[in-house]
Amino acid sequence: MSVLIYTENEDGKFKKTALEVASYAKEVADMLGTTVTAVSINGGDSSELGAYGVDKVLEIKNDKLTAFNVKAYADVIKQAAKKEGVKVIVVSSTANSKFLAPLLAVHLDAGYASNVVALPESVSPFKIKRTAFTNKAFNITEMSSDVKIIGLSNNAFGLKENSGAALVEVYQPTLSDKDFTVEVTAVDRATDKVSIADAEIVVSGGRGLKGPENWGMIEELADVLGAATACSKPVSDMGWRPHAEHVGQTGKPVASNLYIAIGVSGAIQHLAGINASKVKVVINNDPEAPFFKAADYGVVGDAFEVVPKLIEKLKEFKANNA
Amino acid sequence: MKILVCISHVPDTTSKINFTDGDTKFDTNGVQFVINPNDEFGLTRAMWFKEKQSASVDVVNIGGPETEPTLRKALAIGADNAIRVNTVATDGFYVAKQLARVVQDGGYDLVIAGRESIDYNGGMVPGMIAAITGANFVNTCIGLQIEGDTATAIREIDGGKETSTAKLPLVIGGQKGLVEESDLRIPNMRGIMMARKKPLTVVEPIEASQETKAVQFQKPAPKGDVTLVDPENIDQLVSLLHNEAKVI
Repeated sequence: MSVLIYTENEDGKFKKTALEVASYAKEVADMLGTTVTAVSINGGDSSELGAYGVDKVLEIKNDKLTAFNVKAYADVIKQAAKKEGVKVIVVSSTANSKFLAPLLAVHLDAGYASNVVALPESVSPFKIKRTAFTNKAFNITEMSSDVKIIGLSNNAFGLKENSGAALVEVYQPTLSDKDFTVEVTAVDRATDKVSIADAEIVVSGGRGLKGPENWGMIEELADVLGAATACSKPVSDMGWRPHAEHVGQTGKPVASNLYIAIGVSGAIQHLAGINASKVKVVINNDPEAPFFKAADYGVVGDAFEVVPKLIEKLKEFKANNA
Repeated sequence: MKILVCISHVPDTTSKINFTDGDTKFDTNGVQFVINPNDEFGLTRAMWFKEKQSASVDVVNIGGPETEPTLRKALAIGADNAIRVNTVATDGFYVAKQLARVVQDGGYDLVIAGRESIDYNGGMVPGMIAAITGANFVNTCIGLQIEGDTATAIREIDGGKETSTAKLPLVIGGQKGLVEESDLRIPNMRGIMMARKKPLTVVEPIEASQETKAVQFQKPAPKGDVTLVDPENIDQLVSLLHNEAKVI
């Protein structure tokens, strides 16, 4: 009856979202008077999970599961859920978790609430708050299914350390050929850059930067902050930056701790996509730009003067606070 | 190749979002409805399969009669037939069960649905259709080629992309990248005239349970005013981000 979580790893190291899911599930388990069990597939050091409230880890080591495979992974988590008789499952909002959660829901005949931003408002009836209308609103969703899957928004809950120790159980689920009918042939992932999904800070550029040749300072600012780079829709449509950097309603959603928009006017579609970010900064020479209404901090000024100054000041700050 | 494109009828991206009836219902007053952008990329990709690989393209929507103009628009863009399942689209699982029935009845080889609708953002319908019907599934798809009965699909992953191959039948969770923004089509007069004569079949829903229900909506708390920093005093911005916002 414990709360089951899927703890994702990248190259054998648990992702921050996995620890966030553990922290969240611990409090849900407390509300339900139960424990937290984690599913770890070729994952890292399970003792790390104990520090975030996990009581038991089902450790799966299998060469067939080295690369993420949606059907196989969903099957493994389903088997773990059935074995443990769980009623609540928590997954993150990474691309892979959002990929597998709907399959898992069908396998378990479970309701699924994605983009959840807070602990359940009540557990009987089970009511939970999620974002809707691409961050322009929230909805309270009542889940009536016997098994419930919660997709936690990244960075919505944060990490909460716990002094527990996790019991490790080696687990061998049964895999079949049917689990591998989609064959991954190539993975192309930039390992030297922070991805928008994982980033705590995102630096974004818009049309105000006048051309792709001016992105050097955006990249330098991102580098100083350890941030991911992003861009507005017109910038990606004009081919100044790759589509993978487009954030907004039809691009990638952003839920970072800090979002810095440079030369971005702040169209309603852009703001919807980045609104889940906690702190927003805008740098724009047009004081009428709509982004100033959505931002926490703003600088009315020429990006080509302000950004180099900001880079210099941040370098000084880092040197003094190292 | 028989293709089904799932069309969600959603408020235009520029819509102001308000609620009525004690914040339990979306206020449709003055709102213009459109084809869900993530579905429109898929519809356009389906048109290419029709034109270059002689595929047939049907479109389907789960909704009441008020959603028919959105289906007619899809027909005007070039789809052959439209199906409307006459029920209210509430829970994503419920919608997926209705769509899976249409997929099974029609024997489709390829189903394209947007990775999420821009209203409820459930992000579950394409994957659920695949799991119910036993088809293969690729989500957040930004590139798709089909030769014979084999598909090669590119999926956007966190920080990159992944290529995979799978046999049909296949369900795709589509988004921008399947085609580009500039490839999207605006219906012309001839298309609109033809769409009036194309079949739009209304079918009644099957019995299915609702696992979740949106019981209340809330708007985000109003934001305080922006704190402006003088461009000559960027030190202050660094200090505010460190001491006040505590994000660096």
